[in-house]
Amino acid sequence: MNFGSLDLNAIWFVLIGVLFVGYAMLDGFDLGIGALHLFTDTDDERRVMLNAIGPVWDGNEVWLVTGGGALFAAFPNVYATVFSGFYLAFTLLLVALIFRAVAIEFRSKQPMRWWRQMWDVAFCVSSLLSSLLIGVAMGNIAWGIPVDAHGEFAGTFLGLLHPYALLLGVTTVALFMMHGALYGVLKTDGALHDKLRGWVNNCIIFFIICYAATTMATLLYLPHMAARMRANPWLFSIALVNMLAVANIPREIHHGRDWRAFLSSCLAMLALMGLFGLEMFPNLVFSNPAPEHSLTIYNAASSPKTLGIMLTIALIGVPIVLAYTISIYWIFRGKVKLDKTSY
Amino acid sequence: MDVLTLSRFQFALTVGFHYLYPPLSIGLGVMLVLMEGLWLKTNRPVYHQMARFWTKVFALTFAIGVATGIVMEFEFGTNWATYSRYVGDVFGSALAAEGIFAFFLESGFLALLLFGWNRVSRGMHFFATCMVCLGAHFSAVWIVVANSWMQTPAGYHLVTRDGVTRAEITNFWELVFNPSTVDRLTHTVGGAWSSAAFLVVSVSAWYLLRRKHLEFARASLKVGLSMALVASLLQAVTGHFSAQGVAKNQPAKLAAFEGLYPTTSNAPLTVVGWVDETHERVVGLQIPNLLSFLAHDNFHAPVTGLNEFKPEDRPPVQASFMLFHGMVGLGCAMMVIAALGFLYFRHGSLHERRWLLWILVFSVLLPQLANQCGWFAAEVGRQPWIVYKLLRTSEALSAMVKANVVLTSIILFSLIYLLLFAVFLYLLNDKIQHGPDEADLTPSGKLALPRREQPAH
Ligand code: HDD
Ligand code: HEM
Ligand code: HEM
Repeated sequence: MNFGSLDLNAIWFVLIGVLFVGYAMLDGFDLGIGALHLFTDTDDERRVMLNAIGPVWDGNEVWLVTGGGALFAAFPNVYATVFSGFYLAFTLLLVALIFRAVAIEFRSKQPMRWWRQMWDVAFCVSSLLSSLLIGVAMGNIAWGIPVDAHGEFAGTFLGLLHPYALLLGVTTVALFMMHGALYGVLKTDGALHDKLRGWVNNCIIFFIICYAATTMATLLYLPHMAARMRANPWLFSIALVNMLAVANIPREIHHGRDWRAFLSSCLAMLALMGLFGLEMFPNLVFSNPAPEHSLTIYNAASSPKTLGIMLTIALIGVPIVLAYTISIYWIFRGKVKLDKTSY
Repeated sequence: MDVLTLSRFQFALTVGFHYLYPPLSIGLGVMLVLMEGLWLKTNRPVYHQMARFWTKVFALTFAIGVATGIVMEFEFGTNWATYSRYVGDVFGSALAAEGIFAFFLESGFLALLLFGWNRVSRGMHFFATCMVCLGAHFSAVWIVVANSWMQTPAGYHLVTRDGVTRAEITNFWELVFNPSTVDRLTHTVGGAWSSAAFLVVSVSAWYLLRRKHLEFARASLKVGLSMALVASLLQAVTGHFSAQGVAKNQPAKLAAFEGLYPTTSNAPLTVVGWVDETHERVVGLQIPNLLSFLAHDNFHAPVTGLNEFKPEDRPPVQASFMLFHGMVGLGCAMMVIAALGFLYFRHGSLHERRWLLWILVFSVLLPQLANQCGWFAAEVGRQPWIVYKLLRTSEALSAMVKANVVLTSIILFSLIYLLLFAVFLYLLNDKIQHGPDEADLTPSGKLALPRREQPAH
């Protein structure tokens, strides 16, 4: 296809954003369920938690895989700089994701107590660690990383663990826990359902505290992440949507409208990522210090030809993917019932 | 050790480990389609039981395939950043297409395959099984496209901006159908089918030896042995086309595969042997003229030798030779074993030949080894290039990454992979010892048969 004079670079900035938002909304609840896993008591409860995400977690993770692939294809310089720069952090993330995948799959394959407990711990710790590391990575992208004149990362691993990044890491954990608890409420009934409803409130409080702290820190220390909003005050409405969405969650839960509570949480994520994207644009990696070395959607991109080909691929592939993803969520709708094929 | 050696070691370790599982998933996907299809066609309960049993094994290999695959996806960025910048424009789109067209399809319908037995109709479940199988094959397509482009680049041009050169797409379809894609794809898929077929054969032969689950074992053997025979014959044919392609497009690699130093007419093919690198010759059993014929369809045609290439442009000869001959030897053994098993099975006397059953039990290792040898041969034979004739492996590293950091990640991955491998074997063994579930002989839920369709026997 020929996409004429469209700004393909900007389109790919948005599309990669969409992939990562999709990842956060979908795998976010898997990671949240994982983080909450050890708070449940009986084996049955744990199995229900696992089977709530059982049919979908693998598909959800593909959003990350595809996001990574799309980043590689559309902005190879960013892919190269960020992944080699965050080497140890990504290695840890990979280790965590490996353990999460196999813990879900292996836990219920044997009845022994020690076996199940071992994988329960692995599931919970790896989910927590993944969420934390994803948040820390986001924090570093927001804060900016040292980039040299060749576009290479010029910092150290420990340098990535500054307080702001860690704060964003903890905020991400809180966000995913809240999201996971809401999803759990949707998929369970009986005593576990009531228990999860209780947790939702705690998670919301935890998230709001973290979120307030992050916002303050951003406004105080990261003027570049608020510049666009200061110049265009109407953008503040997005922040408002975000806050209203979060505030709406306890209300919906109170009225027993679990679905709406979950959708509210999705909307909050969308607004958060939207703001993040707006403030970053057109930078993909903000260089701090030396902003002139920043990697942007123009100096880090693939050729227009490739971006066009990829857009064609996306236009063909994404509707198909969405269609069957939605069908599968539909087929597995409703509360979890354990049976012979369950984990 | 330097970053280069360590990064190469890490890549070989992670991809070699990953590649133990995808072939099984791809091949078992086909087996499941066959088994479930037979069940739908004949209504024989044993086929339902087979589909259920092998689905569980499939789930096991799939889980580890996914867990180890994610490492590969990000390793290009972490360890090979310069390479990523150089090829991202070309290579990245194949990787992204793999995500969109293959992984989503596979993981989405896997949910139905694993958890959908009682939720959807038979037809829908069969459809899901077919889609999982198709998705697994698509992932092979795109990753082999990407890798083949590195072997025989096409459809690109080199662009230099601010002193940095990179490859950019000029023609997408030339890139996808680069000179080696079709040969290598058919060969890789055949290898995957062999892995799964021999796994099914091995487990069934074990049951026959133990005199357990006899009906299940016989029905599985029928499907498994047929597929093993077809796939191993296919390997010889597609391997031959691959070799002709290599002779044409990567002559240095073919020369290394056969340890050929001077350019030779009437070149002989080595059956077994080794390369005497100091005297630049091959020691072993050779068949005259055969290499010329295999490479160029002509007993007298000259085959290019390593001497035509500068020493710094030659791949490691001994390793390429051994890996290549290992694969071919294993392939021949697989053909013989599959043919013997198939003949005696048709004859109805397989269960009496315990020696052959024992061979069948261990035959599961052959395709796995051949797959590893094959990939290692193809990759080592491409050296010293990472992208053939364009970029050297030594120039492709991440500039910022230090040796001790890579070493740390190698140690981490090695420990985890050891653990995963042990758990995998433990669970697989447990599944096999436990055997197929008797309850699966009577399908339940929406899959149950309407009364009037109950089969006669
Ligand atoms: C998509 C690309 C791709 C795919 C599908 C594979 N490889 Fe590869 N391989 C590479 C892309 C690559 C590479 C990025 O090009 C490497 C990294 C360093 C190098 O020399 O080439 C490489 C190197 C490399 C090396 C080191 C060679 C050397 O240093 O002499 C080995 C042993 C393998 N690979 C083995 C495999 C195996 C067993 C595979 C089976 C799945 C495999 N590769 C698939
Ligand atoms: C360096 C090369 C490779 C990379 C980067 C890579 C990447 C990946 C990734 C990211 C996954 C996980 C997808 C998910 O989350 O569902 C995966 C799984 C898979 N890969 Fe690879 N892969 C490589 C080599 C190969 C090869 C050579 C084949 C086959 C010919 C292959 C076939 C598969 C299949 C079938 C799966 C699905 C999981 C399974 O069935 O076990 N991969 N790969
Ligand atoms: C029987 C005779 C066989 C011949 C003549 C043969 C030939 C070849 C050749 C020439 C290559 C290198 C292709 C390249 O570098 O581009 C290759 C690669 C490979 N072989 Fe074989 N092969 C045979 C059997 C097998 C068997 C039995 C298996 C596995 C079950 C196998 C698995 C592979 C794999 C996985 C690769 C790497 C992918 C590729 O490059 O196509 N081969 N083979």
